[in-house]
Amino acid sequence: MISAARRVLRYGFELIERPFERLFGPALNPLSQLGALGFFFFWVVAVSGIYLFIFFDTGIERAYESVEYISRNHWFHAGVMRSLHRYASDLLVVMVTVHLLRQFAYDQYRGVRWYSWFTGLPIIWLLYGSGITGYWLVWDRLAQYVAITTSELLDRLPIFGEPIARNFISTGTLSSRFFTLMVFMHIAVPLFLLFLMWVHIIRISRPKMNPPRALALMMLLALIGVSMWKPALSQGHVDLAKAPVEVGLDWFYLPLYPLTEVWGRGGVWAFLGAFSLMIGLMPWLPPLRRARPAQVDLNHCNGCARCAEDCPYEAIRMVGRTDDLPYPTQAQVNPALCVSCGICVGACPSSTPFRRSEELKTGIDLPDYDLKTLRERTIEAAAALSGPGRVLIFVCDHGGGRRLDGTVRMPCVAMAPPSLFDFVLSRNLADGIVIAGCAEGACYNRLGVDWTKQRIAGTRDPYLRARVPRERIATIWAPALETSRVAAEIASFTKEIAKHPLQKLRAPQAPSVPAQPGNDRALTEVGS
Amino acid sequence: MTYLRIAGQFLVIAALFVAVAAFSDWPVYRQISRGSAIVMLSFVHGADRKAECRRLTPEEIQKLPPNMRRVQECPRARRPVYVELDLGGKTVFQANLPPTGIAGDGQSKVYERFVVPVGKHDIAVRMRDTPRTDGFDHERKAVVTLVDDQLFVIDFRAESGEFVFR
Repeated sequence: MISAARRVLRYGFELIERPFERLFGPALNPLSQLGALGFFFFWVVAVSGIYLFIFFDTGIERAYESVEYISRNHWFHAGVMRSLHRYASDLLVVMVTVHLLRQFAYDQYRGVRWYSWFTGLPIIWLLYGSGITGYWLVWDRLAQYVAITTSELLDRLPIFGEPIARNFISTGTLSSRFFTLMVFMHIAVPLFLLFLMWVHIIRISRPKMNPPRALALMMLLALIGVSMWKPALSQGHVDLAKAPVEVGLDWFYLPLYPLTEVWGRGGVWAFLGAFSLMIGLMPWLPPLRRARPAQVDLNHCNGCARCAEDCPYEAIRMVGRTDDLPYPTQAQVNPALCVSCGICVGACPSSTPFRRSEELKTGIDLPDYDLKTLRERTIEAAAALSGPGRVLIFVCDHGGGRRLDGTVRMPCVAMAPPSLFDFVLSRNLADGIVIAGCAEGACYNRLGVDWTKQRIAGTRDPYLRARVPRERIATIWAPALETSRVAAEIASFTKEIAKHPLQKLRAPQAPSVPAQPGNDRALTEVGS
Repeated sequence: MTYLRIAGQFLVIAALFVAVAAFSDWPVYRQISRGSAIVMLSFVHGADRKAECRRLTPEEIQKLPPNMRRVQECPRARRPVYVELDLGGKTVFQANLPPTGIAGDGQSKVYERFVVPVGKHDIAVRMRDTPRTDGFDHERKAVVTLVDDQLFVIDFRAESGEFVFR
């Protein structure tokens, strides 16, 4: 059932991601910046909250009046800040929800990724805790409803002796100190939330914590625009003699509150418990079966640290040398963090198929799919090519090319070292190469698309040699759903290659010379 | 093409933000139907102890550790509070409210809500918090006129030993 739900969701995401990518471009696509946008909206909430705190009065009567004062008399600064505070909080919920669904859809929550998934659960609880305590502070009719329903829910737990909800059904039971406590909660809970957001990304290499400036600016302008168009306003002063029977609910934060009438308070708690348990257990339902982690071969490791630099999961670190070779450091793999994506194999300068040693070995390799096997499969796939436009296709396990026949398949296209492409063309194994990976903003292994592009462009070590004609290499970044598009673009590229037979490549002037920044433009990027 | 893209981006972002602004306070949620009021029975009250204090015999006192010797033993556990509520001559709630606490020595509590149509209502509430098995220790009746959305609270003041209607 989980797999079926994942497939349906993935289909949905892939359906909307392509138009989004076309519209915004890969760099600004909001769907590939959900985590970063979450951080952005958190900071907007934090800054606007600090500003609002200057004007907020914690007195039992003054709380409502102070909020009304800033909304009516100072709408042009503090009122706008209040709206920014409200809408950025709502957008934070939207970002968290879509982020969670997307990680689930793309199966990016099992295996070593359990940690980020699992730490996301308390983030959801704290996010809702922050929002609910915030609504309480305004002390309007909605606050009364939130106060009564929240305390009724809490009273359902066998913790409190006297029902807390009794404080909100008659006058004279609340003191101003209560608001002081709520302000403290409304500051402490988000601070703890921020701490957990840091814990959430601690195991990720190069986490996206800030969206691109252009995207952040768009979001900020839209936030200001919507704040001016529909300012956040209070819903009338609390009247404890009347039940808050009609309220404009914030459906992002309070969707479960009306359900207390339908399911009862116990039912809502049961739902929350089941939801949390389900989310908490999902990384192991069923556990991800993955290949064995990468292994370092010290005889071929010179401690260059490129593998550690490129690993998207912080699974490799450089440690002191443990053998007699004259290098200060060596790579060390943490098996608990390794997802066996092979990106480190592609980063290792020893990973060159040109090596003449008896058995092809490299500094770091995947035991279940080593470089030697990759070279053999490459040669095998190339041998099956015929005709004037022989195009060899490298695909990853997760992109649009994964269902095509006659391809060389890998966990991630960044597993292929750039020298492998040189090898194919210089040995005349094919006339052209297609690298078909995941969609640009949705790389299953996070950084595989970026690293491949940069290596071919000559901006990231190990570089693709300058002698390799870039016009004979095409990259297609497409989600798994777009198999037919990938096939069409491969056919179009093959047709083009067939018109220009491959000439023998000249010998390089120096090994590993980076391409000039301008030269990489010659790389054929299909479908962009 | 660029203008089209910018227009498309604007539309997508505008749609997102308009949706967020809309669902931040709409649709309005109505807890009870129009023409209704809420009667809330809510109080916290401890009934009598289950048993009276008993004077210990010299032998029993002797058996106790020297630093814990006392002349009386007073059981902590309380009786449940029995309560009934009538609305319009019909009993809508009756319950034995158990004492709270692990040792059963805390106060009994009730927090019940009844949605009623607006207008005149006969309200009667009765409570038993002593060992008696029939009759009631506290009782109050009144005819009240409830208006739309009114929250009518029935509380109990232990200090004065009477029900409070407000």
